[in-house]
Amino acid sequence: MVHYALFFIFAIVCVGGALNLLLQKHPIQSALSLIVVMGSLAALYLMLGAEFVAAVQVIVYAGAIMVLFVFVIMLLNAGEEEHTKGSRIAMFFGVPAVAGLVGMVVYTLTHSVERDIRLGNFPADTTHTISMLLFRDYLLPFEITSVLVLIAIMGAVVLAGKEKH
Amino acid sequence: MVPVSFYLVLSAILFTVGVAAFIYKRNIITIFMSIELMLNAVNLSFVAFANVRGNVSGHVFVFFVMVVAAAEAAAGLAIIISVFRTRETLNVDKVNLLKL
Repeated sequence: MVHYALFFIFAIVCVGGALNLLLQKHPIQSALSLIVVMGSLAALYLMLGAEFVAAVQVIVYAGAIMVLFVFVIMLLNAGEEEHTKGSRIAMFFGVPAVAGLVGMVVYTLTHSVERDIRLGNFPADTTHTISMLLFRDYLLPFEITSVLVLIAIMGAVVLAGKEKH
Repeated sequence: MVPVSFYLVLSAILFTVGVAAFIYKRNIITIFMSIELMLNAVNLSFVAFANVRGNVSGHVFVFFVMVVAAAEAAAGLAIIISVFRTRETLNVDKVNLLKL
């Protein structure tokens, strides 16, 4: 019962934040509502027994990535967005299409999987198991992501650095 | 106990709201944020399936998605800064040099 109540509270906060991202005009308000979505997703991860993922969600997503977004919004002094003909066409055709897509996905999901989420389905040392998997079975992908991050850092420096004339 | 389909439906709703924001928004930074929203929605279904199957590999995939999202945010925001520097706008309709 408590599980249901917590799920619905955080799910409503989550969907409300996502809709607020869609409806707000100013990018800084969209960024703040995305932080709300990420925070409530972290709570949902905790309920699913994924405490490591919840911590990383708060630190990396809500912390690092969103600070970067807010920093860029303030750096570029982004104002309210103006809507053009293209966005009105997207609204006119997009809203029914999105409603149809949601209905279809919800129908498929509710008719296929019928298992319940059990609280505490994992052993107590989930983080230990994740680190064993990450540094033994998934060692090669882990190393490749480190190369990817290095390339991304160099690309960011080259792209955003001062141009020489 | 909450059925796993509740979590999956929440994930689907978040993903479609992300798609809608991606199509509807005209500010390039907000479009980028809706991509992050879609990635978060997929992460939620990864974690839900990891719980149902009792297999922690799903958490490792979420970790990889987060690393790639961080790299993508760094490179993408650098591209946004350089676009703003050359074209003085953040509206994607006005960045149309490749259009016929």
